[in-house]
Amino acid sequence: MNATDILIRFGLGLIVIVVVMTVCMYSVLAERKVSSWIQGRLGPNRTSIPLLGNIPVIGRFLTRLGVFQPLADGGKFLFKEDVIPAHVNKVYFVLAPVIAFVPALVTISVVPFGAYIDAATGAARTVILANVDVGILLIFAVASLGVYAIILSGWASNSKYPFLGGVRASAQMISYELSMTLAVLPVFIWVNAPGTPGTLSLVRVVEAQADWWFVLTQPVAAVVFIIAIFAETNRLPFDMPESETDLVGGYHTEYSSFKFGFFFVGEYANMTVGACVIALLFFGGWHPLPFVTWGDIAAWTGLPVNVGALGAVLAVGTFAAKVLFFLFFFIWVRWTVPRFRYDQVMRIGWRGLLPVAIANLVIYAILIALLERAGA
Amino acid sequence: MQDFLFYLFSAITLGGALLVVTSRNAVNSAVFLIVTFLGMAALFVLLESYFLAVLQVLVYAGAVVVLFLFIIMLLDVKGGRRRRLGGMSAFAAAIAGLLLVSGVVTLFTGIGERMTPATATGVGAQLHSFGYALFTTHLLPMQVTGFLLLVAMIGVIVLSKRLTAPTAPRGAAPAAGENKGTSA
Repeated sequence: MNATDILIRFGLGLIVIVVVMTVCMYSVLAERKVSSWIQGRLGPNRTSIPLLGNIPVIGRFLTRLGVFQPLADGGKFLFKEDVIPAHVNKVYFVLAPVIAFVPALVTISVVPFGAYIDAATGAARTVILANVDVGILLIFAVASLGVYAIILSGWASNSKYPFLGGVRASAQMISYELSMTLAVLPVFIWVNAPGTPGTLSLVRVVEAQADWWFVLTQPVAAVVFIIAIFAETNRLPFDMPESETDLVGGYHTEYSSFKFGFFFVGEYANMTVGACVIALLFFGGWHPLPFVTWGDIAAWTGLPVNVGALGAVLAVGTFAAKVLFFLFFFIWVRWTVPRFRYDQVMRIGWRGLLPVAIANLVIYAILIALLERAGA
Repeated sequence: MQDFLFYLFSAITLGGALLVVTSRNAVNSAVFLIVTFLGMAALFVLLESYFLAVLQVLVYAGAVVVLFLFIIMLLDVKGGRRRRLGGMSAFAAAIAGLLLVSGVVTLFTGIGERMTPATATGVGAQLHSFGYALFTTHLLPMQVTGFLLLVAMIGVIVLSKRLTAPTAPRGAAPAAGENKGTSA
């Protein structure tokens, strides 16, 4: 690997970070707008910037839509006073917001965004930063480190409500991690047919969904996984660590300004990765429709929609559309379903999801074995 | 480069492990334990055993230490007083230390079977070969380990669950205690 190669990788990584950060910023806006629409309000519709906001019709439209609001929000996070209370453990207090944020950016590097056929060589290419064989496990592993952000911030804050938030987070994350990993096992049993070199690569999972999407063949696994992702990203109805109604602000009660901003954006970054994984595992990744791939469309119409730059843009666009839909889904659920009580969260996790996930795994393992035998 | 990384991650692992046992604060110990596990995962990556590296992070750094922290925070363990080792503990520690040293010495001097140097593609490198080895060559040890864990789990449930007489009024289910038992 020479210097230019490293520079190109560096540039690509930077592009992905910028895109993810933009998605996060506008997810915050979407959260505020969608919640206001659900509740019959208008939402942020005043913030404007000079030039762009002064264009006759469009500027007014964008202002009403709140497009410039994230800039104001970001500015507020940057310039407010950054308070470190005297009673906190400073090292962990400062470290925790960083831990909240880093896992999301690490995991996004193994998420494949699309695939296309190279025009010159005819080889299949994947749009991905790091195509590793243990893709999904790496995502689970690094994402599971994110819980330390909440635990450590709760503990380091050295006050009651954050502490309760931290303790709740540790129990909740462990509980739902089990169901989450068990739910994806049948998917990988399906992908790894006998005789093939075993893989946990997300690219292979998407390739296996050219006909049937896994949400169609394994709906139970999909539902369990999505519920577990909600719990893992601490989104309502599972936002026990934060739980404003009984814990003030939960684990980030003592945080202000930029550090709070890290937690805030980190939540959306984790949501984005969660949405990516849901789309990849169960909703066909970059395939536009069940049973229809871009390759099929190219064959029917004769247009090169799966080749070169056009193919890459279409595939990535399809994937992005799905991710945005799931981000909307996260927000939609948050403003529709009320929060569970803590004991309900535990009961759902251990007595609801876990048995269902185990039963699902056993049934599909037997089913897939029978199918293999019938096929062979 | 590889050598430098090996020494770097070894230093992180050993330094972390040292701080785990010397820290007075239990939370600090747990955090350094995470650092140790991450260092070990990095060493696995250097051996090209990516699968083992990821498992190391997923299981130990991501789950086991979370439980440690949960217990530490729930019981509000305070660091501080250092107890002197009793005679019995010192004796046991000495035996354990001797066993460890003799084990390492045996491995490196070749009284037993010599360690084969790590090849580029170890057993843990490929998922397929890893699973195959686990369910053929190492099936018995794996089953025994699983059985041991089962015994430990049942033991925790028996110890933590207070067995009440059938006539006693049934209170609210001790949800948190139960979860601790089953997840550990």
